[in-house]
Amino acid sequence: MVTNEESAPRPPPQNILIRLQDIHKAFGTRSVLRGVSLDVERGTSVVVMGGSGTGKSVLIKHVVRLMRPDSGVVWVGGRRLDRMSEKELDALRLGIGYLFQGGALFDSMTVAQNMDFILRRHTSLDWRARAESIKEALAWVELGDKAGQFPAELSGGQRKRAALARSIILGPDILLCDEPTTGLDPAAVRTVSSLIKRLREERGVTAVTITHDLLCADIIADSACFLHGGNVIASGRLARLRNNPHPALRNFFGT
Amino acid sequence: MWLDFLHRAGGLAGFAWAFVRRCLRRPREGRELFRQMDEAGVKSLILVLVTGLSIGVVLSMQSRGTLARFGAEMVLPTMLALSVIKEIGPVLTSLVLAGRLGAGMAAELGSMRVTEQIDAMEVAALKPFHFLVITRVAACMVMFPVLTICCDIVALAGGYLETVLATGMDYRLFIDNAFSGLRISDLVVSTGKTSIFGFIVGIVSCYLGYTVRGGTADVGRAAMQAVVLSSLLILVANVMIVRLTLLIPGVD
Repeated sequence: MVTNEESAPRPPPQNILIRLQDIHKAFGTRSVLRGVSLDVERGTSVVVMGGSGTGKSVLIKHVVRLMRPDSGVVWVGGRRLDRMSEKELDALRLGIGYLFQGGALFDSMTVAQNMDFILRRHTSLDWRARAESIKEALAWVELGDKAGQFPAELSGGQRKRAALARSIILGPDILLCDEPTTGLDPAAVRTVSSLIKRLREERGVTAVTITHDLLCADIIADSACFLHGGNVIASGRLARLRNNPHPALRNFFGT
Repeated sequence: MWLDFLHRAGGLAGFAWAFVRRCLRRPREGRELFRQMDEAGVKSLILVLVTGLSIGVVLSMQSRGTLARFGAEMVLPTMLALSVIKEIGPVLTSLVLAGRLGAGMAAELGSMRVTEQIDAMEVAALKPFHFLVITRVAACMVMFPVLTICCDIVALAGGYLETVLATGMDYRLFIDNAFSGLRISDLVVSTGKTSIFGFIVGIVSCYLGYTVRGGTADVGRAAMQAVVLSSLLILVANVMIVRLTLLIPGVD
């Protein structure tokens, strides 16, 4: 992962799967992102860190066009998001798994129905094959016995794992995680973080994770960047960020 | 405040336009549409039937004395049928449904918004506008007229029962009198307009729920506003529709 200082929208090289180029975003008079640039290499796991309210979640939402930048360009898989039709955007989104902060499981459906809803819509699998896929995904997150339960019946960690299983049910190339371990105990943090790490190692998934959980970052990060004041103020290996003398980083890492 | 009002009104108009543009596009959500029709229709039936029965019985009891003073007791069935079918049935049914469905839809979509479930659908290319909005609005547009007819029938039955108990009027005389002043166009226009009321309730409630920002307090506020705004718009739209239909030849 490298930060990109160039402002002209040029397609990224092949090895860069996601490029955010000079992204500005404001809500009313409050400017949240002030020219953020970020490149994510294919097959790597990048962690975006920063204090609360620094625009980490806002940044990640631009990758799937849940938000549009006021200015700047987003590239995913070598294609500009702002020039995509609705159909093209849908096709792109099918290749991206998104793990929301609260899980965002559909609460009127069971865990299995949550996944079946997506499979029914986007695949031509019969019910037997869909059930097999769901069983496999749930077994992978060690929730094989929770298929028939509703999200409200699960613990926080189980809910996160069920949401992770749903987000990878279509076998995405990219996984975006928004605070995947917030509110979890250390054991659950390790479980969820290890699953994200395994996704990259076993399936070659490119992961971008928003977190301020140092344990989670330690487990999953190939590289990291730090957002402060609407900009990336440091990037590189996690150890390099820890040793950065910037007051915001020192305050964040407690060094 | 005015700026905010104009912003919200513009947002609602844009939302309604999005419904019109997208409602015939894929994906078709047949199964969800039937589920919503069941939710809006079957589960509201008891409420509508009780409303209808109450209207019929009370209208019959209240009007008899006045009509008897002018020696016009025999026109009671006609008056009952005209007032129930042309105005009271459609408007009251729609207002009752605005309370029952409007709050529910706004609260459900609002809580889905604040828990990011709508975003999750968007990211999974599940077309939440189709799945959540179009199905609910369409279900309202279909079920409001159906429930209005149920309400009308029960109101007339209630009026008849009250009349039989009070005066012993023969049912053939009641039916002859009741329908002598009605035309099929009255029934079609009056019942048809509830489809527009259904659209109002559906689109207003879905808009307020779908665009909730914030937390649970905002969800509650959206539910309350959905009922208030839907009811107000039903009453305003009713005046406009009646005025317009009076311009149609054969309708008075």
